[in-house]
Amino acid sequence: MTGPLLEIADLRVAFRSARGISEAVRGVGFTMGREKLGIVGESGSGKSLTGRSVLRLLPPGAMLSARRLAFDGIDLLGAAPSAMRELRGRRIAMVMQDPKFSLNPVMTVGHQIAEAYLAHKRASAAEARDKALAMLEAVRIRDPQRVYGLYPHEVSGGMGQRAMIAMMLAPDPDLLIADEPTSALDVTVQMQVLAILDDLVSERGMGLIFISHDLRLVASFCDRVLVMYGGRVVETVDARRLGEARHPYTRGLLACLPTLEGGEGELATLQRDPAWLTAP
Amino acid sequence: MSEAAAPREWRAWLTAEAPSSRLHARSVRAYATARIFLRNPLALAGLALVVALLAIAAAAPLLAHGDPVAQDLARRLKPPSAAFWFGTDELGRDIYTRILYGARITLGIVSLVVVIVAPIGLLVGCVAGYLGGIADVVLMRVTDVFLAFPRLILALAFVAALGPGIENAVIAISLTAWPPYARIARAETIVLRDSDFISAARLLGASPGRIVLLHVMPLCLSSMIVRVTLDMAGIILTAAGLGFLGLGAQPPSPEWGAMISAGRKFILDQWWVAAFPGLAICLVSLGFNLLGDGLRDVLDPKQR
Amino acid sequence: MIEVDRLTVEFDETRAVDAVSFRVEKGEAFGIVGESGSGKSTVLRALSGLNQHWSGGMVIDGEEQSQHRTRAFHRHLQMVFQDPYASLHPRHTVDRALAEPLRVHGVGDREPRILRALREVGLGPEHRFRYPHQLSGGQRQRVAIARALILEPRVLLLDEPSSSLDVSVQAEILNLLQRLRRERTLTYVLVSHNLAVVAHLCSRVAVMNAGRFVEELDVAALRARRTQHPYTAQLLRASEGYDRAAAAALVTFD
Repeated sequence: MTGPLLEIADLRVAFRSARGISEAVRGVGFTMGREKLGIVGESGSGKSLTGRSVLRLLPPGAMLSARRLAFDGIDLLGAAPSAMRELRGRRIAMVMQDPKFSLNPVMTVGHQIAEAYLAHKRASAAEARDKALAMLEAVRIRDPQRVYGLYPHEVSGGMGQRAMIAMMLAPDPDLLIADEPTSALDVTVQMQVLAILDDLVSERGMGLIFISHDLRLVASFCDRVLVMYGGRVVETVDARRLGEARHPYTRGLLACLPTLEGGEGELATLQRDPAWLTAP
Repeated sequence: MSEAAAPREWRAWLTAEAPSSRLHARSVRAYATARIFLRNPLALAGLALVVALLAIAAAAPLLAHGDPVAQDLARRLKPPSAAFWFGTDELGRDIYTRILYGARITLGIVSLVVVIVAPIGLLVGCVAGYLGGIADVVLMRVTDVFLAFPRLILALAFVAALGPGIENAVIAISLTAWPPYARIARAETIVLRDSDFISAARLLGASPGRIVLLHVMPLCLSSMIVRVTLDMAGIILTAAGLGFLGLGAQPPSPEWGAMISAGRKFILDQWWVAAFPGLAICLVSLGFNLLGDGLRDVLDPKQR
Repeated sequence: MIEVDRLTVEFDETRAVDAVSFRVEKGEAFGIVGESGSGKSTVLRALSGLNQHWSGGMVIDGEEQSQHRTRAFHRHLQMVFQDPYASLHPRHTVDRALAEPLRVHGVGDREPRILRALREVGLGPEHRFRYPHQLSGGQRQRVAIARALILEPRVLLLDEPSSSLDVSVQAEILNLLQRLRRERTLTYVLVSHNLAVVAHLCSRVAVMNAGRFVEELDVAALRARRTQHPYTAQLLRASEGYDRAAAAALVTFD
């Protein structure tokens, strides 16, 4: 495969409100290959909107524009709705935060995975079922037959999220966008789900965009990290060299986290500089 | 001070980010709500119709062409003309004038019903929802009893017992109109009961009465207001129905329902006798419905 | 200040809290760490009197507590909730939210008290008549803290006070809580799933799993990784960020 998996240049998302037009994403640009890219920011930084822009799944009233928005060479900005529907799910997939809200509550888990598969590949119902069971195994669910027939409210958060991952990866996409996929989970379950994501992404050679507010977690999981503030990317840093980050916002964010090693002294607080909103 | 400066100062005061007092805070909030409301053309239309009803009812003597009960058999069943804008009825009374005065009766019935029904329904529902347990069961069964009566049947029973008349019509309608409000209030209260701010209020040591009155009820008010407004149309129609059956306002009272009933006999040749009161009822119901829809869009918490 | 003896809370047929016992000295900050479903929030709710279906012994400030609490009790023990948006009444201004505890307990000179409470949590008079939806998450949590402290309680229960907040705001709130505890000699019981937060504010920690305390230790020991129960060790490892090998070694307890 030649060329980057995803190319974004000068991405802007704006909303019209009573007070005029406000831009939530202001000129975000990056390219990525088949790697694990993390996007980190606080609430209001525009990180979720950036992820959704790739799939063109923005809330109504959002205005999207970019100099370039291309997936595997395909222009996403000018793509027709039918072309986008082809891409969504089959080549670009998305996992969201809380499986309680992203899984259909009236369909069994297994059935949903099979449906996701059938939506993109021609197969018989039996083949889809087998594929769903295989996916459940791939996400390390111990008793796939039993879990196949469970409803979303009958499974734990970690299992629901793994089912969600199974569902999204069934059609074998090239890019997975994960928006806070583990934020609603307990720490130990978080680790397990991340391990599964790690393995699956490596095995299949997929690209992964990992959106989170947790800078340390993202740095320990991804290859590269984009730090967003006020709708812009303020720094791009290699995950292993997070300690060498230079932007004051990144450094401030790192400094104000409580750690086990740190004593009981006062935590450093972030001093927001308005210049961060405009400086390149 | 220039003319332009005064409204600008008002606007600045009403859109202040940091209000300086409770009254200021409330005004800012009311202004914001009003602005959203005013953007909805249908809601404005509804508001206009309702305001028109109020204005007509208030100014009836000024707008009317004489006495609503003055009969003149010489000019009975005359069609609409310059002298009689809506024509005359079977006793020669001016229909236009009667409709104007009828607005007062309609408004009176509707206001009385609402004033009785809404507070009772709200209180019963909130108390039942908050206390739960045996209080909830008892109150809801009482509500069920009243809910089981169809309005007109109960009204008939009342009339048989106490005789016809507007007061009895109001009581009859009220008795069957309050249960739905209790149910709505109870459903909302049950959801609110488990929220953290109610827990915080309990933790302060506030008594259940205080919590229900000051913390829970204000939150149920929005849906109450919307439901009441939307129900107005139904109440008007029920009152008209009672009047039509001769159970509400008694002749020669110009109640719209009674006027339609009287005009039934002439509907083919002298259509105006029944048509104009019918049109009045339609317009007023429509107005309240539009207003209610507009209020719901504005007061619905999900949209804020 | 707080003595809990074999506290048990049962929901339907499961024991959300199973014979939990601990002591908190006056002026101490005691942390309870556990994952979701461990029962830690239920312990707080039982302590505060919000949950009245518990059994066991509870002595707070020298007084034996029953399921029902007196109004006077609430002057001495208050709670800060996790979600700052949900814990403030959406139709009450900040001023009203702060005046309510004073009104309920018949405390006079409300005006100076409210202004002082706002100042102590780092807010100003310009915030006084705002509604919760006009405040940021951090500001709302400050209001919640001000409300909890306006009656000058001796004990403050904190249910994940900073979990719903942005990282940068979290630090401010934690600093605020620390300062207030020192200034007013408050006793804290802090519940969190975040070991680092608990280690920062507290001196002793209990680790909770499936309704039981699996281990109680000093924060110093926690920092030195001198843990005894494997669940605690696992929790520590998981808090250190993602590590493929560590993830593989994780075991599910119960």
